[in-house]
Amino acid sequence: MSSHLLTVITFLPLLGVPALLLLRADDHTWIRRIALAISVAEFVISLFLLHGFDGVNAQYQFEEYYDWIARANIHYHLGVDGISLFLVLLTTFLTPLAILCSWQAIRENVKGFFIALLVIETAMIGVFVSLDLLLFFFFWELTLIPMYFLIGIWGHDRRIYAAVKFILYTMFGSILMLVAILWLYNLAGTFDVPDIQAKLQTGLVLLPSHTELLLFGAFFLAFAIKVPLFPLHTWLPDAHTEAPTAGSVILAGVMLKLGTYGMLRFCLPLFPDAAHRMAPYIGVLAIIGIVYGAMVATVQTDLKRLVAYTSVSHLGFVVLGIFAFSTISIQGAIFQMLSHGVSTGALFLGVGMLYDRRHTFEIKEFGGLVNPMPVLMSFFLFIALSSLALPPLNGFIGEFLILIGTFQGHHAWAAWAASGAVLSAIYLLWAYQRVGFGEVTVEKNRTLPDASGRERLILVTMAVAIIFMGVASPIFTRRMEVSTNNLLHQMERVQNVSRPATPEPAGKQSVISPGPRKNASLTKISLRHVQP
Amino acid sequence: MTPFPPEQLANFHRLAPEIILCVFGIAIMVADPFIQAAHKRALGWLAFIGTLAALAGVRILANDAPGTAYSGLIRADAFSVFVHVIVIGAAALAILGSFQYLDDENIQRGEYYALVLFATAGMGILAGANELVTAFIGLEMSSISTYVLAGFRRRALKSNEASLKYFVLGSFATAFFLYGIAMVYGATGTTRIDLISAALGKMVAEHGQVASFAILGLALMFVGLGFKVVAAPFQVYAPDVYEGAPTPVTALLASGPKAATFALMLRIFYVSFGSAGNFWFWAIWISAVLTMLVGNFAALVQTNVKRMLAYSSIAHAGYILVAFAAGTDIGITAVLFYLAAYALMKIGAFLVIAHLGQQGEKRLEITDYAGLGTKQPVLAVCFSLFLLSLLGLPATGGFLGKLFAFQAALDSKIVWLVVIAAINSVIGAYYYLRVIVAMYFWEPSKDYVPTKVAPSLTFALAIAAAGTLYLGLLPARVLEMAKTAADSLYLH
Repeated sequence: MSSHLLTVITFLPLLGVPALLLLRADDHTWIRRIALAISVAEFVISLFLLHGFDGVNAQYQFEEYYDWIARANIHYHLGVDGISLFLVLLTTFLTPLAILCSWQAIRENVKGFFIALLVIETAMIGVFVSLDLLLFFFFWELTLIPMYFLIGIWGHDRRIYAAVKFILYTMFGSILMLVAILWLYNLAGTFDVPDIQAKLQTGLVLLPSHTELLLFGAFFLAFAIKVPLFPLHTWLPDAHTEAPTAGSVILAGVMLKLGTYGMLRFCLPLFPDAAHRMAPYIGVLAIIGIVYGAMVATVQTDLKRLVAYTSVSHLGFVVLGIFAFSTISIQGAIFQMLSHGVSTGALFLGVGMLYDRRHTFEIKEFGGLVNPMPVLMSFFLFIALSSLALPPLNGFIGEFLILIGTFQGHHAWAAWAASGAVLSAIYLLWAYQRVGFGEVTVEKNRTLPDASGRERLILVTMAVAIIFMGVASPIFTRRMEVSTNNLLHQMERVQNVSRPATPEPAGKQSVISPGPRKNASLTKISLRHVQP
Repeated sequence: MTPFPPEQLANFHRLAPEIILCVFGIAIMVADPFIQAAHKRALGWLAFIGTLAALAGVRILANDAPGTAYSGLIRADAFSVFVHVIVIGAAALAILGSFQYLDDENIQRGEYYALVLFATAGMGILAGANELVTAFIGLEMSSISTYVLAGFRRRALKSNEASLKYFVLGSFATAFFLYGIAMVYGATGTTRIDLISAALGKMVAEHGQVASFAILGLALMFVGLGFKVVAAPFQVYAPDVYEGAPTPVTALLASGPKAATFALMLRIFYVSFGSAGNFWFWAIWISAVLTMLVGNFAALVQTNVKRMLAYSSIAHAGYILVAFAAGTDIGITAVLFYLAAYALMKIGAFLVIAHLGQQGEKRLEITDYAGLGTKQPVLAVCFSLFLLSLLGLPATGGFLGKLFAFQAALDSKIVWLVVIAAINSVIGAYYYLRVIVAMYFWEPSKDYVPTKVAPSLTFALAIAAAGTLYLGLLPARVLEMAKTAADSLYLH
């Protein structure tokens, strides 16, 4: 409780910003080195989190709690549990790689680029460790601006369109979530997540089912856009394709998980009844996403767009696992979040390396690349196999757990979802075949240089992570298990409490407000101003 | 010097900021003929010192026990202090931002600064008025000064148009306000805000309702005040006037009078008519929705950045009205906090535009902002900060302003208005981001030659930017002051 480890981890990248600002704008070498040093240090420090984490404790750990805006009851409350722990580690793991892969690719406005990457790291970690709804929202919105600039400034041809589409989509979802957060505050009298959770669970605060559904909807919409869940996914292919490699890695690797994490942290434990009511529809959307994403990926002619669509498919699995409400499927969903972060991050890194050489993503521009670049393409194949869930690599564990967990309750869902696993083999292997095998059709490709030392470092790191997650999966799942069970336990409500039959009409002025409130001075002026 | 009787001294104390502003204004007018054209900027510094002195005067106001002055015409309380700081601070920033601009436009004159000070004094009176006719005098004082200021670029047709339009329509609006006062006087027999409250309370107790005369009077006053805060459907003049007026004047117009008039509206609606319940709720609700929609949708299609920001200030009046509709002390707190954050970010944004417009306000189109991020990085970062704050992004004052506004409205169970406001703020995101797109994502235009940012303007922008961040990250103190101010509104 007394340690400030989470604060250090959250704000360390931000410390790099003034350091970078002090450097000359054309001193590219040192800008890169300092950015890398900070992100590596960040990763090392975040390992202490893993070391100190107590796997059998279901409570939030490393908690920090201070007043931030006392009048508005907003607190600086941080903490991690088995769900967020590994997402923090995923973030700190991927950021150095994103910096490393931009070493040569980014040549203009280098300082701004690395500042944006560091700011986004702080924002993403902040989202995962915040236990105050407004603090969470604060970091949530803060992730948007650096990503907007990453896409808009350093992206490819249609970058402006993609950047604006990305930010408007996500903002639309999140602003309604803000309204829901404030509404929840008015009902529960606090922004503190564990506090609200306890009040809802013990029946101290009752949500009429109509209200619960609206609140669930507002939260879920924000997260579903972020994930993205079919049919809200249309921003994703554009954003991924147009972003620079580092942007895609961060976007696919971590930012999409902000959505699924939000579902786990807020939608399920706070609004369980609504979640159960909506689960059949959400499950169907997730399955459509799995199959549709896979089918659209199959027919892409642009390699990066193909990888982007695989995210739609893979994240469909995650959502399915979450809304199957079983310990195994949710554990699988969390694991899949991590393994998708690593595998798809690695795929984007590999695609980025091809782009650095040929400045195109068109599949037909490649072909027969294994001959000029045996090392790079071998690693590429390995990553593709991990992404298509080959046992015993990381992708397999997540999908398998999700399918088992889902099968327990919904046979049909699991059957449909399993077809996505087959389709993923089709699109990835077919794409690999067109890129890597056959004759070299384009003359330029004959002389392409193989992976450089820096690129080998990236690829080996990724491959080690992939194997490690595959064979040592209990290290992860053991730490998730208690938190997952706790999550499912939090979804249970005190049963014999009667709910108010009619919800209060919205838009009307009413003096009575349900639930206890911390602001005692909320009397309406109509009451207060009857002069003696 | 003979000592003043204590009662008279208390009166002076409670009117200290206005007295100081007027004294400096008159001093500038007197000194003006004796100062050579080349040194007119000294008068600007004098005016800036005047605003600082007036801020010191606000301290006198704050240190005195709250109470009324001049037989109840003026009220000195924490509320008045809060609004005074906003309007005088706004004037100080606008003055700092004017030096270079007036030089460039070749209209560096003493009366400009004198008029700014007189307008500010008028706004100060509005903030503290406890009597409707006094409020009317304050309104006229600030209006007439700003009519002249709007036309200060005498040779520019647009400026003339702005001035004339503002004058004609503004006169109408103040006439409505005066008519409303007459009606309320007819219904209640008094023009003092606190006594109206008592009279209406008695009326409600005896007859169960408010006389229709009083309601009509309130409606007419809302027309006049709605004009000043640019609430729809009385906003039609604003885009032309804001676009035509010299940009530092626009900065002042968009922040000061709006804050002062909202302050008066709070006193009239919450205090005078507070005893009669929130019967005005739906009028504010409809006006808020219209204001947000008109402001945001019209701003979407603008290509002139100055005009776009004019529409954006209409939209922001709508967000403030959302908090206003709450009808609680949380609502007042939210309005006050919003006004403070809004003044900082809006003045900052307009001052950046004033600088980038260059001589003759030529460069106001969005295409003129292309590539500013590489040509003038610091200025571009500043402008982005103000735009993101106007958009309502976390870590800026604009976000917390919106947050508290929404919270206040939700607290009063006004859910749909908040949903509409939330959707509106996403619509707003599009046009604010478009400017950022131009600044950072477009290729720089070749013909653009950056001009040096004057130190005074740098100073003003630094204050505005630091203030915007301060309110966004560490709002606790200001929020506490706003809360105290809101509470003081009711202490009679």
